[in-house]
Amino acid sequence: MTLFVLKRLGSLLASLLAASLVIFLVLEVLPGDPAAFMLGLNAAPDTVAALRDQLGLNAPLWARYGGWLAGMTVGDFGISYTYRVPVADLIGARLGVSLPLAIYALTLSTLIAIPMGALAAASRNSPLDTGIMGVTQLGIAVPNFWFAMLLVLAFSVGLRWFSAGGFPGWDDPYAAMKALTLPAVALALPQASILARMMRSALIDTLDEDYIRTARAKGLSRGQALRHHALRNALIPVLTIMGLQFSFLLAGAIIIENVFFLPGLGRLVFQAINARDLIVVRSVVMLLVFAVVAVNFIVDVTYALVDPRLRRPVT
Amino acid sequence: MSLLRVKDLSLSIGPTPILDRVSLEAGRGEILGIVGESGSGKSLTALSILNLLPRHSRLSGSVIFDDIKLTRLSDRALNDVRGDDIGMIFQEPMTALNPVKTIGAQVAETVLVHGKAGRGEAMAIARQTLDRVGLGAEEFPLSRYPHELSGGQRQRVGIAMAIALRPRLLIADEPTTALDVTNQAQVLDLLKDLVREDGMGLILITHDLAVVAEMADTVAVLKAGRVVESGPVRDVFRQMRDPYTRKLFSASAHVPARKAQQSARTLLEVEGLVRTYPKPKPAPWAPRAFKVALDGVSLSVAQGESVGLVGESGSGKSTLARAVLGLETAQAGEIAINGAPVRGPGDTAFATRRAMQMVFQDPYGSFNPRHTVERLVAEPLHLLGTEAPSGAERRRRIDTVLTQVGLLPADANKFIHEFSGGQRQRIAIARALIVEPSLIVLDEAVSALDVSIRAQILDLLAAISERIGVAYLFISHDLHVVRAVTDRVYVLKDGKVVESGATSEVFERPRHDYTRALIAAAPRLDAALKTRFGE
Repeated sequence: MTLFVLKRLGSLLASLLAASLVIFLVLEVLPGDPAAFMLGLNAAPDTVAALRDQLGLNAPLWARYGGWLAGMTVGDFGISYTYRVPVADLIGARLGVSLPLAIYALTLSTLIAIPMGALAAASRNSPLDTGIMGVTQLGIAVPNFWFAMLLVLAFSVGLRWFSAGGFPGWDDPYAAMKALTLPAVALALPQASILARMMRSALIDTLDEDYIRTARAKGLSRGQALRHHALRNALIPVLTIMGLQFSFLLAGAIIIENVFFLPGLGRLVFQAINARDLIVVRSVVMLLVFAVVAVNFIVDVTYALVDPRLRRPVT
Repeated sequence: MSLLRVKDLSLSIGPTPILDRVSLEAGRGEILGIVGESGSGKSLTALSILNLLPRHSRLSGSVIFDDIKLTRLSDRALNDVRGDDIGMIFQEPMTALNPVKTIGAQVAETVLVHGKAGRGEAMAIARQTLDRVGLGAEEFPLSRYPHELSGGQRQRVGIAMAIALRPRLLIADEPTTALDVTNQAQVLDLLKDLVREDGMGLILITHDLAVVAEMADTVAVLKAGRVVESGPVRDVFRQMRDPYTRKLFSASAHVPARKAQQSARTLLEVEGLVRTYPKPKPAPWAPRAFKVALDGVSLSVAQGESVGLVGESGSGKSTLARAVLGLETAQAGEIAINGAPVRGPGDTAFATRRAMQMVFQDPYGSFNPRHTVERLVAEPLHLLGTEAPSGAERRRRIDTVLTQVGLLPADANKFIHEFSGGQRQRIAIARALIVEPSLIVLDEAVSALDVSIRAQILDLLAAISERIGVAYLFISHDLHVVRAVTDRVYVLKDGKVVESGATSEVFERPRHDYTRALIAAAPRLDAALKTRFGE
């Protein structure tokens, strides 16, 4: 198991290095000079040249790449062209919103989806199953921003339980969590719908396996066989989807962030791209790559925990 | 008084009737054999006793176990009977165990779910039971997972789960069908011992009459959901009052009429073949270890000859077949067919490949379900390159091979799901014949078929060989079949040929201990009846 984890860690580092090279090169060949953009249309060429020099844009390619990598290892992502503050601070503040939001939404969706999927699978083809499948169909079909606005109408404007938007900061954790609740619910709904359907079909497949019949022949009830034997075997495909969803939630929440005026990562990237703030773009993209790779690593290790066959190769 | 009485049991699933007034009795310390071909309802009879039936099943009649009417119990009440009073073993040891739980936990679960002991004691019982089925603590600690065990070992775990609480009745559904002969003999011995030691009743479901002849006290013959004949094994097998029993008997002892082929011309020549596979490394710095699948195998097949290849699972039979077909690259040694070299997937000429074709074991998995039979059968024609026939000539060839295997030209337009297992195997043979090969490799080609269908296919193969002089390399773990249809035989063990020679010579006077053990382990109908009942 230790060896398995070490191997996975090795491939994690390799993917990160490869990704950093691709990101760096792609953003280098992209048109648009950040110096010219910062100084505006009427800037004198020598002023632009001076700024380029100051920003370190004239150094050789490999030196800039090396410097970027070395900086990142100590948490120095450079200074934002437009905000004129360290990118690390900028991202740190946004991450303080996006990361809890993603975790919150994923937790909600898992808590809803797993029992719903299991219930639907256990009562396959019953009215309950049809009902659950209908709800999840709706959950996938409804755009989440529209659902977000409905939530605002119902719980902020109507019932006045939550504020309609904004984020008060983490000084008051209760208020912060409260502010993230409606966005998390809006994000969780479609994810939970996908996950519940996935859970249902994976469970139905495993319920048809021979070992479930064996379990029943041992005297387990239908429910016991489902809980003790089918559930863990059905978890593998579900874990894959959860890993993908987490990466998506981290950066893909831009529309929901806009609906609720949340200062999250999605909005940061959007603004940075508009302003040609390549340092910020590069760092955020790198961070997202790191998140995806790290989540994949965690999913892989969890696979191995769930399924002993994956811990070591069959001999 | 009998332990289990099944009376007038009828079952239908949806609109399909499955069982028709089945009546059976099983006594304490006795073995009841249930035999029948696939589709006769023998497995569903077993599942009906414990009511583990698929959805939309309708069951009528009665099952009385030790004065309890099981057919009247609720599912909850039946849960107390299942695993405690009545244990069950299934056919597929590879899939009948939960892959993510240790064998200890799975055996202990039987004890735990019935509340017979706490966790610690249940684990102790699991240990004792695994010892009892021959999986000792040293090599098989409770922490082992199913994927770390072989098929025979997994089947023992399955038995341990079923007998952990010493049930009064054990139902075994084809418990040895997926195992090779030596494992089969060991598992059957184990079951026999359990019956004797615990005084347990055993219902043994099998398609193999020889197994019943060796094991059972009473037997019931099932055909299309009905018991056509039942009684003590001696009476049923000696008298065979029902024509169906007689038919089963003659089919399972069937020897196709064929002339031994004597040709001096060598067709296939295999010389010193070595095939190794790299094992996964335990650590990146560890030296690479290799598993030797074939260890210097030499063999030859003459024109029109039928050659058998026998051995246990893992002996290298299938690797050899794949190498001969050019699907596998050997590390050392030579293969030549008609003098042309066979080197592996990339390096074997189409003209060489054309000389050999194959028929696989699984008549259900070896066809693309979305192609018509015409397309399936015509597939090897691409080996002919520019000489491949087209249009009317292509159609004529397809018609010819379909007729040769006993099907109709009109079958070419059908899809594979419209055919039974035996018909599918005929289509597989037609597919092999279409390029007029000189050698057909048959890898367990009749193992999945019922005895009567198997007899037909063996006859067909003999007739084809006689007519067009094709040679067969017949790979099987079924010694009876190999004995019936081959001229010469090679015995393979751990990648080496340990014995070879004329089939009758090897079977009657085996020289190697391994061959002797294989032959002794294979159940034989006539021999079993003779030792048990005399005459």
